[in-house]
Amino acid sequence: MTDVSLEQTSHEAGMGDYFALLKPRVMSLVVFTALVGLVVAPVPVHPFIAFVAILCIAVGAGASGALNMWWDADIDRIMRRTAKRPIPSGRVQPGEALGLGLTLSAFSVILLALATNLLAAGLLAFTIFFYAVIYSMWLKRSTPQNIVIGGAAGAFPPMIGWAVATGGVSLESILMFALIFMWTPPHFWALAIFVKSDYGNAGVPMLTETHGRRVTRNHIMGYMIALVPVAIGIAFTSIGGPIYLATAVVLNLWFLRACFRVWRRDETQAEADNFAAEKAAFKVSLYYLFLHFSALLAEAALRPWGLGGW
Amino acid sequence: MSIKVEHELHRRRKGRNMGLLGLLLAFVALVFLLTVVKVQELGDASKFQGYDHAVQPALVPLEGEAGAVASE
Repeated sequence: MTDVSLEQTSHEAGMGDYFALLKPRVMSLVVFTALVGLVVAPVPVHPFIAFVAILCIAVGAGASGALNMWWDADIDRIMRRTAKRPIPSGRVQPGEALGLGLTLSAFSVILLALATNLLAAGLLAFTIFFYAVIYSMWLKRSTPQNIVIGGAAGAFPPMIGWAVATGGVSLESILMFALIFMWTPPHFWALAIFVKSDYGNAGVPMLTETHGRRVTRNHIMGYMIALVPVAIGIAFTSIGGPIYLATAVVLNLWFLRACFRVWRRDETQAEADNFAAEKAAFKVSLYYLFLHFSALLAEAALRPWGLGGW
Repeated sequence: MSIKVEHELHRRRKGRNMGLLGLLLAFVALVFLLTVVKVQELGDASKFQGYDHAVQPALVPLEGEAGAVASE
């Protein structure tokens, strides 16, 4: 421990270390879904206001990532996947991450309120609170359903984007929220089955470790079935249309088949082909979410030419 | 060891300072452009009182009053 603290004092964090605290990879998904939520809304937004709004949502998401890394530094240190993060590797002091997280949270919420409206800012504040407090501090270490409820934090961005444009919440924005919310469990648990994790050593209750892989396979199938009506349902709202419906039907059959394969097999079969079906399901899940939101974007983009929508 | 030696630490600190400078300048540009866009979106400047950037219907002179402007 002594040489680690010596290392900490001799290092001065670079700009990139602070940027890494904001979880840039997570941010890219947030930016994309928030942008779709904003663009598909029926109220046009000035491009610069839209840019500022997306920036605020991205910075807010980054701030909650910094708060998460501050709180979870103890378990990040134990797990191989996260041991190289700025705090456990000693490049950034925990207090710096806390300060950066709190400052950027306040900054992004206030700027979003000034640039757009109070509802959008309130939703952003709630998202940061939900991820940092409800998920990181409370659920993550106490229940194997952590990622199900925590997934709500990742599902809010399109709803915030919609609120930026319309100043309200509607069936469409709730369905976009539900799409990401229901998608998170099969997406994450497919990964949890094939990645050899050390969550157990860190004391984080992951479903694969508390209830085993068999139960996890059942959960993947269950959430996948519940996801289908949400994804198809969006097609019949004001933001849907034939392009979205066709895309959704294909993607849902594809993802259903991938999840069904994961559900059907047992551990010996999975280990025999080195978790090929689980890896495939995870890969399909990435296309699934990205293409659903791309289809919504296409509907909105074609609307001025009378092609999008019903 | 000479006091002028450029340590790796100084390089990092300089990078951080320049980064912060860039962020602050970007923030200034952001607030300025946001102001320009917000003011332009208000529409016809002759129809509102400027002090709080909001339309004040009560302050729009009625037709027939001295110095009245045509109302819609």
